[in-house]
Parts: sequence; structure tokens; C-alpha cells
Amino acid sequence: MGRGILVIAEHIEGRLNPTTWEALRAGQLLTDALGGPLWVAVLGKDLSALTAAFSDKRCDELLLLEHELLATYTPEGTTLALRPLIEARQPQMVIMSHTYQVRDFAPKLAAALGRGFISDCIGYRLEDGHPVFIRQIFQGKMNADVRVQGDPPYFVSFQAGAFRGDEVETSTPGPTITPVEVSLDPSAIRTHPMERFREAKQAVDLTQAEIIVAIGRGIKSADNIPLAQELAEVLGAELAASRPICDNEWLPMDRQIGSSGQTVAPKLYIALGISGAIQHIVGMKGSKTIVAINKDPEAPIFDIADYGIVGDLFEVVPALIKKLREVKEEH
Amino acid sequence: MNIIVCLKQVPSRESILRVNADGTWVDEQDLSWEINEPDVYALEEALRLKERFGGEVIICSVGPARVQQAIREAFAKGADRGIHLNDPAFERLDAYNTARVIAEAIKGESYDLILTGLQSDDFGFAQTGVILAELLGIPHTTIVMEIHILDGKVKVKRELEAGWFQWIELPLPAVLTIQSGINHPRYATLKGIMGAKKKPIRTLGRDDLHLGEALLNLQQVEKVYIPQKTKETQLLEGSPEEVAAQLVEKLKHEAKVI
Repeated sequence: MGRGILVIAEHIEGRLNPTTWEALRAGQLLTDALGGPLWVAVLGKDLSALTAAFSDKRCDELLLLEHELLATYTPEGTTLALRPLIEARQPQMVIMSHTYQVRDFAPKLAAALGRGFISDCIGYRLEDGHPVFIRQIFQGKMNADVRVQGDPPYFVSFQAGAFRGDEVETSTPGPTITPVEVSLDPSAIRTHPMERFREAKQAVDLTQAEIIVAIGRGIKSADNIPLAQELAEVLGAELAASRPICDNEWLPMDRQIGSSGQTVAPKLYIALGISGAIQHIVGMKGSKTIVAINKDPEAPIFDIADYGIVGDLFEVVPALIKKLREVKEEH
Repeated sequence: MNIIVCLKQVPSRESILRVNADGTWVDEQDLSWEINEPDVYALEEALRLKERFGGEVIICSVGPARVQQAIREAFAKGADRGIHLNDPAFERLDAYNTARVIAEAIKGESYDLILTGLQSDDFGFAQTGVILAELLGIPHTTIVMEIHILDGKVKVKRELEAGWFQWIELPLPAVLTIQSGINHPRYATLKGIMGAKKKPIRTLGRDDLHLGEALLNLQQVEKVYIPQKTKETQLLEGSPEEVAAQLVEKLKHEAKVI
């Protein structure tokens, strides 16, 4: 160990993805444990503005990979730019956040080098000086300890929230800034990305809601949505859903909570028939108080709930609505 | 338009999972199995493209004998033939080695598109399709929500985070990983189910493939376990009326959120 750790930063047109700080924090902790230098690589066309964001961060070197063809992200451009850098520096580990962009290029980059990529980890621990990575499997119902095999570099991505970006340590002076030679052949880039866009103006801003009633597969049918709607009305809450509900068009996409929807942190989150797949949890785990009503006692949602009711939501919710109405009338 | 769909069979969502005796995986004995949900969407997308442009839909699946049931299910919906990769050496392979096996198995096939679900419900690596593209030397894109076939190219809508999307064009052949919700998957018809029995499945093992180097996982699952709770959960028990009353009381006076 002690060969160095490379963190890959992510940005869209110069706006840094905040999960970059989480990846950097993971890099700082792993460097402290394993020794060796800590490097951060940023790819793009003109990176001068981004450089400033790292000027007081504790890392040894900021590697700037600038090229016309890196102005917009492509999996080929990213892979072809990073590969020679990784071959030259031979880091022990390459650390990223598990973003949609990383899912798009990191398996390709690791495979191009014949290396494994342990994706979507929620943490690590050290055993005899070797890191063992912890991943969720079966949609968060179980965890798995995973160890890398073969030769470094090892590629690892961490789930959003696995480390705290606000705990990134600063230092003076900051990192040395090193421009890295990038040579790219335009013909090697076969995917042609166009403008990014939003489907429609988001009509519902769930992030402003104080109380959210969210439904999942357990609601069973679109016919049962009025029941959840009624509970939301009694509580003065917004109605939201996990992805499968919106996939079925039982509720519009703009009411979706989770990695592909909105991220919320209301003071009260009531999850009805939501099992708690990772993709949903990342969008609501910051809620102050979480109530879970689900018939499956082993549903992962109960792991993060403050109050849990194992039972049939079609019996519990009507009783809950009735009780809330009674309490309201007392006032 | 020939399309290969990579299907994975996974424990059904309703399964109660138990850790196996040596703690290295789940006990598979009492599980029921189903096609990995995102792969069902990938299959549906392939069937729709076949209906518009003709050609074949070929199912490729790695796993033991039970996997044939998943392939037959795809046949019943309209897929034409299957490649079943079955060998003890293929058990619990990591994404890199699974992709190696698939890449080798489809080498003689002529295809325009390879579709996979964006990730599996069991391991959830979200890597196999991307690695497959790299090994085959063809372009890919991930988390696809819409597909348009153009002349020698495909234009796809890629989902980004937080409600953003992007159109991406790539030349064929290409690998696309499909997001759940891209379409409404069909049910098999009775006629389809009857016809499924006659469709061919080619079964290949390790010795039928020219894999070169041994299949050594680059990442090894050492232990699986039920996660420790991160929060103290108060479980409320009783009749629906009782738990409703307890919950309202606690939300009002303990959590003070209503």
C-alpha cells in the first residue's frame, strides 16, 4: 500500500457535483489509513474556475486534464483521458462517487485496464491493513463485504451520503496544480451527446414540503391512491412516490422521490408500502422523522424509520385518518 | 434489426432472504425466481423494435438450469431464440467475468443492438452491459429512457440525475442499458406460451467458449449479512385502531411534528 489514491472529480459545465467532496473525504480517510499521496483529477475544457474550489483542500496534487474534446462528457473521452494518467501514476485506488456519470464510464475504464470496479459502496473497513468494502445487495435488504482481487489499481465508487462532504479537511498551502497532457483522437469518440434538458418545468417542488406521504408498490393499484391522498390532505402533506409508482404512471414523475427524482428532508415522512430500495432511501433519508407502514417486517425501510408499523396499510391508514380527524376536531 | 437482450434471473421481490450456512450468499433453496425487473423493460423495448424493423430477438442468460424458465418466459412474449450460459464455473461471477462470458458466447452472432437492464436487483453492480461494450469494442450508453433508430445510428434519451435528460447519438452496433419505466411491458399470450416450447435454446459451458484466461473474480463477496440498524425504530403493535392512536400520540408529543 501507500502508492497513492486518485479521486475523480465531477462537474457539469464548471459546476462541481457536490458528491465530489464526499469522494474527496473518502480519499482523505483512506490516504490517512493507507499512506501515500492523494491526487484529484478534474477533466474538462477550461478548468480555471474549478481550480479555485480546491485551493484550500487537503490533497497533494490537483491534476488538470484539459482538452477541447472533454468540454462535454462522453464515456470514451473520459476513459481515454484517464487511462494513461492511471497507467503512469499507478495509484493503489481510484475513488469516485456513484453518480450516473460514473456508472457510465467507470466500468469501461476499469475493464479497459483489466481491473475490477466495486461500485456503489456504503463504506469500508480495514482488515490487516487491507480495505474491505461494504455494498448493499438485494435492493438494500442485505449487505455484502467485498474484497478486491488481483493487482491494483482498484476502482471504487461510494453511494451518495456514504461520506460527508462538509467534513473535507482543508490545508494551507493547498494542492500543487499539475496540468496533464491529454491527447485524444476525435474518431475514438463515438457517442455524441446533445443538450441537457428537463422534461417539463417541475410543477411540484417536494423539497419545500414539511410533511410528505409517500407511496410504493404496496399501494397495489392506482385505485388505492385516493386513500393515500386523503391521508396527505388530513396532514396538510404533499403526496409523493417511489419510482415504480411513477413508472406505472399512477402519479406523475415530478412526484418521485429518490436518486432519479427529488431529494427531500421534510420534518415528517410517512412511507406507505415502500420497501426502501437504495434508490429511494437516498432521496429521503435526511427526513427528521420517518414513519414506515409495510406488511413485510424485513423491508429495509424499517432500518431507517423512527416509527414502524408492520401491517396492512389498507387497515392502518383508514384508522390513522380517522384518528387524525378526531384529534383535529378536539381543537 | 437483430437484438440481443441480456436477461438475468434473480430472486423474486417477494422472497424472504436468508443468509446461507457459510455466510457467503443467500440460501437459494426456497427462493422463487423472476426476470430481473429492468431486464423486463429491456426485453419489451427489443420486442417493440423487432415489430417495427423486423429481425430477431435473441436472449442471452447466464445461470444454472432454472434460468431456462426465464428464457422461455421471454420466448412466450415474442423472443426468437436463446443462448443459455450454464457452467459451475459461471456461478456468482463478478460483472467483468460475466461480461467476458457473454462477449465470447455472442461472438458469432450478427447484431445491431444489445440491450440490458440498467442493473440487477441482486448484486446491483450496474456494470455488465458497459463492460460488455468495452470488451466487444462497441459504443454504449446507460440509463436509457427512449430509443429512436436512425440510419446506421441510434438516438437515445439518457436519464441524468434530478430530473434532467440528454439526447445522445451513437453508431450501431451499440449496447444500451435500459431504465425501468421506459415502456409498459406486455404479458405473454396463451399462443405465445404454447409457441415458446418449440423455440431453440443453445446451451454453452466453459469448454464451448474460448475464454483464454481463467475466470477469476476481480472482486469477491466474502460475507453477506443483514445490515445493522442505523436508527432505533419503535415498532408499534396492536389493532389498526391501536397503532393509529399510538402513532398520532407519538408524532404529536414525542416527535412533535404534527
